[in-house]
Amino acid sequence: MNAATRVYLDHAATTPVAPEVAEAMARVLREAHGNPSSAYAEGRAARVLVDQAREEVAAALGASGSEIVFTSGGTEADNLALRGTFAARKGDADGIVTTAVEHHAVLDTAQDLAERLHARLVVLPVDRQGRVSVSQVTAALDLRTVLVSVMHGNNEVGTLQPIAEIGAACRARGVTFHSDAVQTVGAVPFDVATIPVDLVSLNAHKFYGPKGVGALYVRRGTRLVTLQTGGGQERGRRTGTENVAGIVGLGVAMRVAAERRASEAERQTRLRDRLFEGIVARVPDALLTGHPTQRLPNNASFCFPGTQGEALVVALDLEGFAVSSGSACTSGNTEPSHVILALGIEREVAQGSLRLTVGRDTTEADVEALLEALPPIVARLRSISAEPALR
Amino acid sequence: MSRVFVAMSGGVDSSLAAALLADRGEQVVGVWMRLVPTGADSDAPRCCGTSEAGEQARRAAAHLGIPFYALDYSELFGREVVDRFVQAYAGAETPNPCVACNQYVKFDALLRDVIGKFGADRLATGHYARVIERDGRRRLLRARDASKDQSYALYALGQFELARLELPIGDLRDKAEVRARAAAYHLPNAESAESMDICFIGGDYREFVRERAPDAFVPGAVRRADGALVGRHGGLGTLTVGQRSGVGVAAGERLYVLSLDSGRNEAVVGTRDEVRVRSYGLRDLRWTGPAPDGEVRTTAALRYRGTPAPCVVRPGASEVVLDEPALVAPGQVAVFYDGDEVIGGGVIDRAA
Repeated sequence: MNAATRVYLDHAATTPVAPEVAEAMARVLREAHGNPSSAYAEGRAARVLVDQAREEVAAALGASGSEIVFTSGGTEADNLALRGTFAARKGDADGIVTTAVEHHAVLDTAQDLAERLHARLVVLPVDRQGRVSVSQVTAALDLRTVLVSVMHGNNEVGTLQPIAEIGAACRARGVTFHSDAVQTVGAVPFDVATIPVDLVSLNAHKFYGPKGVGALYVRRGTRLVTLQTGGGQERGRRTGTENVAGIVGLGVAMRVAAERRASEAERQTRLRDRLFEGIVARVPDALLTGHPTQRLPNNASFCFPGTQGEALVVALDLEGFAVSSGSACTSGNTEPSHVILALGIEREVAQGSLRLTVGRDTTEADVEALLEALPPIVARLRSISAEPALR
Repeated sequence: MSRVFVAMSGGVDSSLAAALLADRGEQVVGVWMRLVPTGADSDAPRCCGTSEAGEQARRAAAHLGIPFYALDYSELFGREVVDRFVQAYAGAETPNPCVACNQYVKFDALLRDVIGKFGADRLATGHYARVIERDGRRRLLRARDASKDQSYALYALGQFELARLELPIGDLRDKAEVRARAAAYHLPNAESAESMDICFIGGDYREFVRERAPDAFVPGAVRRADGALVGRHGGLGTLTVGQRSGVGVAAGERLYVLSLDSGRNEAVVGTRDEVRVRSYGLRDLRWTGPAPDGEVRTTAALRYRGTPAPCVVRPGASEVVLDEPALVAPGQVAVFYDGDEVIGGGVIDRAA
C-alpha cells in the first residue's frame, strides 16, 4: 500500500495544500523574514504581504480588509467570536443561542461560558435533515440574548443552515450573529454584503491552504473583547506576531478557491451524487444523513445499520481509502457522534456512520473504486455483528 | 498473505512481535488499547494503557511502517479489571488483575474486535508463551525463557482463541535476545522498562482499595484456629492469605494468615505447620482443549511463576486436591500444567 494507490475521501477533515499556495508560502519563508511590526524595510515588506493577504480574504468574502482578524485556525476564531462577544456584553445581557449540531469548538466553548461565566445557554434541536429553522431561533431570543451562533455548513452531514434568514432575524433584534463557516468558505459563495452576519470563522486548511491559520471576519461596529494581551497586532483583537507565510497561504488559497468555486462545486456535486446513487443501489438499507439538497457540494454521509463507524474506517483504510466517521470507538462499543444523534437517528443506527467528502483531486475513478470496495465491507461487518459474541 | 493485528503496549516485547511478523511477510496492523480514562494518566504511571504508552506504541508502529489504530477500552478495563480488583478485596479475596486483564480485555474484547470488526485473521501479542499445533489441537506452552514465562496469565484461552493467536516472543531464547533483536530493528523503545503488576495504581494499592471499598477496612479480631483471640487487624482488605500476620511475634512464633472470614470480619492465623488444606474449590474452570470426562492427575501452579504442585482436578466437583497441603489465597488462580503445556485452570474460591 503506497501513497499512489490511496484514495483520499476526507476533504472535510483537511485538504491537500494547493501548489500555488505551497509555492507562495515557500517564497515567503525563503525571502521575507521581516517582522510586520518592524519599522524598517524588511518589516515593511512583510507587512505588505500580510496586507495583501488580508485584502484577498476580504475580497472573497465581500468584506473590507479592516474586518479580517487572522487567527491560528477555526477553533481560535470560534473561541474569539464566542468569548470575545460574551466578554463585551453590556448590562444584564447573558443569553447565548446555538444549535445541537455545532462543531465542538463552538458547542464546548458555549458550554464553558455557561458553566464558568453563567451564560444562559440555549441549544436548539435540529430536524431529521439537520436544519434549524428561523422561527426556532427567533423564539429563543429574548431581551438579554447576547449572541446567536449557527454554523453555515455542517462538518459531519453537510447540511446548510438558513443563515441569511437567521442573520436577518438577529439583526432586527440587535443581537450579534456568528456563523462558523469553516466548512463552507471556499466551497460555496459567502458574501457578507448579502448575508447579515457579524462574525464568521474560517480555516485555511479546509480549502487547500495550510494548517495553523484561519480568520475571523468581524463586521465593522461589532463589539468584541480580545482574549490575548500582548503587542497589539490585528488592531488589538488578536495580538501576537503574525504567521506571515501562513497568512499569505490563506490569501492565495482564498483567491484560488474563489476562481475555481463555480466549476469545482458543479463537478464535486456530480461526484457526491454518484456516491449517493451508487451506495444506495449497492448497499442495502443505506441511510443518507443530512439534507438531500441543502448541503455541501462535496459531502456524502451515511449510516449503515448493523455496522460500527470506526470499523468501517479501519477496514477502508486497510483497503486504501481515507474516510471518516463521526463515531469514536469506546470500550469496544461505538459512541455515536452528537451530530448524528441530534438528527434523531437511533443510537444503534448512528453507530454506523460514515462520511465521504470529495475534493479537487477526486476523480470519477476514485468514486467508482470506493463503490466497489464498500459493499463487501459493509456486508462482512453486518454478518459479524449478527453473530453472538465469541465464546 | 494473512492480516495480523498486533496488540502494542508501547513496550519492547510487543513492538518486536510486530517487527518479527512484518519480516515474515504478514500484513501487520498495530493496535493499542487505552485502558486508563483520558485525563487520569498520572494515576497509573506504569500502565500500558496511558497516553504516553500509546505514543510509544504509535512511534514504534510508524518506525515499522505499519498501520496503527488506538482503541479506547478504558470503560471495559475499569469494569472488568479495576472494579473486580476492588471487589475481591472487599470480599476478602486476593485478586489477580493481570489474569483479569488478559482474559476480559485482551482475549475477550480485543480479540473479538480485531477478528470481527476489523477483519483480522489473527491477533498477536508480546506475551512470553508459545502456541503450537499438536495432534490436531492448539496447545499453550511455556515460553522458551522459563524465567520470563507468562503462560500462567493466559490459562483461560480456549481453542477458539488459541487458533487465532500468535505469540512470537515466546520462541526467543531470553530477554537479552529480545533486546538484541529490538536493537537490530532500531526500535525506538528497545530499552524500555519492564511492565509491572497492578499497573493501574500509582501508589499503595491498599489506599486505592480503601478509597473505593471502605468496608474492607473495619478493624476486627485475629484468632488462632482454636478460637483464641491473639490480636486485632486493621481490616481484611489489609490482609492476604499466606502473608506474615504481624501478631504473635511476642510469643516467638511466626504466624501466617490462614484464612479470612468476611462474614465475621475475622482473620485466622497460625504457624506453617497448621496449614492442613489440600482441597480447594474452583470457579470459572477452563480447559485449553476439550473438557475432560473425569478427574485429571496433573500439576497446579498456585501463583504467578509458582512451581506446579502435584494434584488431582475433579471437574465434576469443581475442586482441586493437592498431594501436599498448601496455603492459597482465595481469588488466586490455579493453572494446570502437563509438563510445559497449560491444560487449564480455575480461580480458587474456598478451602474445600
